[in-house]
Amino acid sequence: MTYFIDRRANAKNKSAVNRQRFLDRYRAHIKRSVEEAVNRRSITDMERGEKVSIPTRDISEPVFQHGPGGKRTIVSPGNKEFVEGDRLRRPGGGGGGGGSGEGSASNQGEGMDEFAFSLTREEFLDFVFDGLELPHLERKALKDLDEVRPVRAGVSRDGVPSRINIVRSMREAYARRIAMRAPIRRALREAQEALAEEERKDPVLRNPSRISELKAEIERLERRLEAVPFIDTYDLRYNNLINQPQPSSKAVMFCVMDVSGSMTQAHKDIAKRFFLLLYLFLERNYEKVELVFVRHHTAAKEVDEEEFFYSRETGGTIVSSALTLVDEIIARRYPPSQWNLYVAQASDGDNWDDDSVTCRERLVKSLMPRLQYYTYVEITPHAHQALWEEYESVAAEYPDRFAMRQIVEAGDIYPVFRDLFKRRAAH
Amino acid sequence: MTRRKPIATGSDWNFEVLEAYERELARLADEYRLDTYPNQIEIITTEQMMDAYASVGMPVGYHHWSFGKQFLAVEQAYRRGQMGLAYELVINSDPCIAYLMEENTLMMQVLVMAHACYGHNSFFKGNYLFRTWTDASSIVDYLVFARKYVAECEERHGVTAVEQLLDACHALQNYGVDRYKRPSPISAEEEVRRQAERAEYLQAQVNTLWRTIPGRQPIDTLPGSTEDSDDPLGLRAGGRYPPEPQENLLYFIEKNAPLLAPWQREIVRIVRKLAQYFYPQRQTQVMNEGWASFWHYTLMNRLYDEGLVDEGLMLEFLQSHTAVVSQPGFDSPYYSGINPYALGFAMFSDIKRMCENPTDEDREWFPDTAGGDWLEAAHFAMRNFKDESFIQQFLSPKVIRDLKLFAIVDDDQEEMLEVTAIHDERGYRRVREALAAQYALSLREPNIQVYEANIRGNRSLTLHHVQDTRRPLGRSVYPVIRHLHQLWGFPVRLESIAEDGSVVRRYQWPLPDDEVQE
Repeated sequence: MTYFIDRRANAKNKSAVNRQRFLDRYRAHIKRSVEEAVNRRSITDMERGEKVSIPTRDISEPVFQHGPGGKRTIVSPGNKEFVEGDRLRRPGGGGGGGGSGEGSASNQGEGMDEFAFSLTREEFLDFVFDGLELPHLERKALKDLDEVRPVRAGVSRDGVPSRINIVRSMREAYARRIAMRAPIRRALREAQEALAEEERKDPVLRNPSRISELKAEIERLERRLEAVPFIDTYDLRYNNLINQPQPSSKAVMFCVMDVSGSMTQAHKDIAKRFFLLLYLFLERNYEKVELVFVRHHTAAKEVDEEEFFYSRETGGTIVSSALTLVDEIIARRYPPSQWNLYVAQASDGDNWDDDSVTCRERLVKSLMPRLQYYTYVEITPHAHQALWEEYESVAAEYPDRFAMRQIVEAGDIYPVFRDLFKRRAAH
Repeated sequence: MTRRKPIATGSDWNFEVLEAYERELARLADEYRLDTYPNQIEIITTEQMMDAYASVGMPVGYHHWSFGKQFLAVEQAYRRGQMGLAYELVINSDPCIAYLMEENTLMMQVLVMAHACYGHNSFFKGNYLFRTWTDASSIVDYLVFARKYVAECEERHGVTAVEQLLDACHALQNYGVDRYKRPSPISAEEEVRRQAERAEYLQAQVNTLWRTIPGRQPIDTLPGSTEDSDDPLGLRAGGRYPPEPQENLLYFIEKNAPLLAPWQREIVRIVRKLAQYFYPQRQTQVMNEGWASFWHYTLMNRLYDEGLVDEGLMLEFLQSHTAVVSQPGFDSPYYSGINPYALGFAMFSDIKRMCENPTDEDREWFPDTAGGDWLEAAHFAMRNFKDESFIQQFLSPKVIRDLKLFAIVDDDQEEMLEVTAIHDERGYRRVREALAAQYALSLREPNIQVYEANIRGNRSLTLHHVQDTRRPLGRSVYPVIRHLHQLWGFPVRLESIAEDGSVVRRYQWPLPDDEVQE
């Protein structure tokens, strides 16, 4: 007897739990690999998973085995030139020499030094952003009540026919029918009993007018009983929907970069990686993330991604021009009541001296109150200049929302990023 | 010759076609007296096949990271194209569950049905080891019970606690079988019913055992004590415990470990039961694969002879069959040990050959088999042997010549390797013996037994490793005895005993203070 079963529609990923157990167990190893990968990867390359290697000895499942040594006999196939009594040199170093006959002893698992496997993109990013959080996500979410979504909220007496709750309506109707019929039935029963009593009497003693009166009463009551409607508009119940305010799930990220002559391509690459990490991180926290690229030298301009990263400009630097532009764009396109606003700025720290003060004022007065978070990375091995100092006073004023760090080389990006977004104790 | 009227052509399949072929295979298998469990053939996707793989052939399994590791390894190898997934996976259960992958061609599906649903299936039902050690009808039930029980323990005692216990048990699972006692069959309901009762009983038993520890210290701590005169009261005259060495380490742990909680004993038992279920498979690889390959080859040829498959399908079949049963030589870059499919197929085919066309050599070597009824002989071999004895009994000079087998002795006391036997008149017997020994489980795995549990003194556990031809234990010995120590709860010693009875090497966990550096 045989039966065929088509299991193709069944769930795959039966191993998901075991896979997760494995990843949890080797969290530390995997994290190390991921950190290396993040620093090594080219910029456009975060969109895929990652190959991770763990030393085999760390994940082996030991069992009792024979070690090398002693005397053993190995039978192998494919003899070409040996005859009995031949003596052979031991193949050196093991591994390469098939002549030593790996035989059944080969499953000792010492061949491979590394256990390699792939993380999916999701798993990879989980590890990249493990332990990080977006600051002020919640506070913003509560304040932000403009967006609504209809949600079920019990039942109500009025609504549109398409949302009738049949079960509840029928239950109401049933209750109403019981309630309305009960007195009628009682009266009916009494009338019937009276009639029966009257009819049991001796024919001589009967009161004919009383009987016809009772009969008329019974008929009237039965009609009333019939008249109680099976269902009434009064019974109808509708599934109720109410509009629940929704935390905004949209975010916009402004990438602001200095493209003056002093920013080399290497600087830009570092900045780009930083922006990319931030973008991926936002993407995981918001349903929708928009990007706005603003570059500036002495004047600021909104550009597309390609131009942002690869076209080259020369000239001086006026940072406030970019901040002004960001301010304008926010006013024009991204009302803070609907959007979570993030700004990431990268620069080498150069600025016109007078301008730094302007920057601080614009930030403190106009921008910061509307932003979720402002990160500033200064990509320079040199000493800080006026801009850094002014920004420090901004950071002092908005310690929760304004973060600034210095990056010297590509290897600093990920640590700095982690540092900026590391989970803080509840504030 | 029958008129060719193939059931289907091309490489696409559908359920009607598969059912039609299955009916034909069943009819032919019946002709060959292949006795099978009912077949449950499941069509699955590649991803599902990887899942099935990772759970080492258990249709349901408890959760453990090692299965996740297995899964990642399979997935990685498959993605890189290093490994095709096996076309089939078959589970020793009643009904016998066989998986077909949806990506397989029609030929492959028919081949797999012949191989798994009639080859392996009849082997599971017929071979004496499987009959003795496994219970096809209750295994799925038991697995369900095990999975639930482990999950419950995880909820109650935490994932980590259960995981560490399973790690320790897995390290010893090859030593979880009573090789000489047949266990009684159990079903899941029975298991649940008995579980609570057993937990109590076991604990009581362990308590009784350990209650015999006397209140006072053993006297050998006294200064200047010597052997007998120092034990006038016979306090230590009770003899060793256990009186006989025990080879079933997990069973010994389950029944005797002093500190395990009842649920922990139950999990030890679960690992032990599953190890026992897989025990026959470890000993019948060559036979099982050989038998299945022999039958897929025979059945496919019958289908072709009857015109039920066309030439195209047959050519495709032959190509894949040859790949499966090929045996690269030891010096080939593709060599990775003896291919059990190749050896087994060659041997079963040879049994058929020597029955149908016996040579003088066959008559001399196999007087009982040569010239007899091949089907009878093949069934006899399948039913009554395991790899070791099968090779010892049926490896013929012809197969040795065909495969050009030769034996090498690797002795660490000699500078050179020596070829001790090749495929010639003088060497046949020695090659055969050496090959049979190579498949003997007792030689493949170190022989380790519980020698003594010190129930009157410090509760330490002593194991003996009986060396075979001076072969030492591998480096994994320390991690393993560490696991054993976790289960036992008190110091664990392991002594390697040479053939002359002397102790060659001692291992112990926890490490003595002066050895920690090692």
